[in-house]
Amino acid sequence: MRYTLLLHYPEMDAASLGEEAMAEGQRAFSSYATALHQAKVLISAEVLQPSSNTTTLTKAGGTLRVQDGPFADTKEQLGGTFVIDVADLDAAIEWAGKAPSVEWGAVEIRPGATYTVDGAWTPNA
Amino acid sequence: MSQQGARAAADHAARASYGHLVALLAASTGDLSLAEDALSDAFEQALLSWPSGGVPTNPEGWLLTVARNRQRDTWKSASRRTSLPLEEADGNGGTAMSALDELDVDAIGDKRLELLFTCAHPAIDPAIRTPLMLQAVLGFDAASIASAFAVPAPAMAQRLVRAKKRIKAARIPFAVPGRDAMPGRLPAVLEAIYGCYALAFPEAPEGRGGDMAAEALYLAVTLAALLDSEPEAWGLAALIAFSQARAPARRGPFVPLEEQDTALWDRRLMEEGASLLRRAAAGGATGRFQLEAAIQAVHCERARTHATDWAALRTLYAAVVAVAPSLGARVALAAVIGRAESPAAGLAELDALAVREDPAGAAAVEHFQPFLATRADLLARAGRRREAAEAFTAAAGATPQPAVRTYLLQRAAELGP
Repeated sequence: MRYTLLLHYPEMDAASLGEEAMAEGQRAFSSYATALHQAKVLISAEVLQPSSNTTTLTKAGGTLRVQDGPFADTKEQLGGTFVIDVADLDAAIEWAGKAPSVEWGAVEIRPGATYTVDGAWTPNA
Repeated sequence: MSQQGARAAADHAARASYGHLVALLAASTGDLSLAEDALSDAFEQALLSWPSGGVPTNPEGWLLTVARNRQRDTWKSASRRTSLPLEEADGNGGTAMSALDELDVDAIGDKRLELLFTCAHPAIDPAIRTPLMLQAVLGFDAASIASAFAVPAPAMAQRLVRAKKRIKAARIPFAVPGRDAMPGRLPAVLEAIYGCYALAFPEAPEGRGGDMAAEALYLAVTLAALLDSEPEAWGLAALIAFSQARAPARRGPFVPLEEQDTALWDRRLMEEGASLLRRAAAGGATGRFQLEAAIQAVHCERARTHATDWAALRTLYAAVVAVAPSLGARVALAAVIGRAESPAAGLAELDALAVREDPAGAAAVEHFQPFLATRADLLARAGRRREAAEAFTAAAGATPQPAVRTYLLQRAAELGP
């Protein structure tokens, strides 16, 4: 069963956080990914750039509108995703609880519906 | 056995069997709705074929086989739709089916414990855990549950369907937590079972209320027996047994606990409560439910000693406040201090509660029925008649149960203007 861990947390840059804390956070994410990989449950992982670098596209009245900034302008932003393949929700909760960002934000565990293998849709099970 | 007693016994046997079978059918698939549908089809089949063909020697095994075949039929048509073989669609489908090939239900084992932990899983909304248990483990229909919760039946049915869909879609496992996770998971199960009981409590003795109270005791005892060594599970079972022992005294007009005629209390249930509580105490580690059960035990002792041991109650309530602080427990402690020491001492405790709460909390205290009723009683005992009469009227205004409201208004009237 595939679950996507959606990491939401308040955004902080190196300036406000300090170089050392930033480096520490990166080390924590790196060892988290290693642990998931070694347990053979990691499908993919991505840590995102700050939402100040994001671009949002909407279409209203047939016209595409390109906008500077995130879709939802909230204090907490989507900061990264981990896709894992585990037996059940309890296993997913256990891994989610080890995500470094759980210390400073929320981790949402979303079960997958379908995913592609070589371009073909495959039901999640 | 009276006809009513026989009906109750038959109802209970059906419920016990229902939970047993639903748990077995759902545990292997995670699909609670499908398990319930398949079992209800099997019961329908039984009603058609048993009268003419005779009741099978192993009715549970018969029902399980028929329900299991119905599950298979559903899977087959589902797998045709997705063109996926069953074993691939469900990782453990193959082994689960072979486990169920054994017809002796008792030999397959009991999956009700797994089902209880699923119903009270942290990923399930706490508000729906008790209804889910009532339906999945005890087979109450959505309409009965809705009436017990005082919500419209379609709304309750919809919430139950949503919860079951969630169990399947998010794959909430049918599993008993390991030793490490148990302390974190057990309280929710105990709360939900206690919810079955608390729900039944204010109900009229005729109606579903009485049924649900007896079934809550059955669930608590089942949980304690299956877990074997969890003191709080035995404590909950003891609490419900003691409390249920006093049910006959709750019929008719409201009578406060300490004025109830102890001859009405059920001796057998009191003995059961005492033996359950001994079992809890043997496990060490005293928790909230054991303390609450011990409090009930002290009240039940009055049947033997003809006096309430207020000092013992004071010690026990102080312990409850320490392990599980809640406004209700603090008010109860104040009430007991008002009896063990003096009404003035109890009132001082209540005043301290109102002050300690933040402004929003102070308003909550003023609308908290037990706070108002306790204050009124202690004012009356302190001889402050006029204030007491006003307080009883205010308490009656915050009381939903008609019998209790009548009693409080009566006390206000006795004190006079």
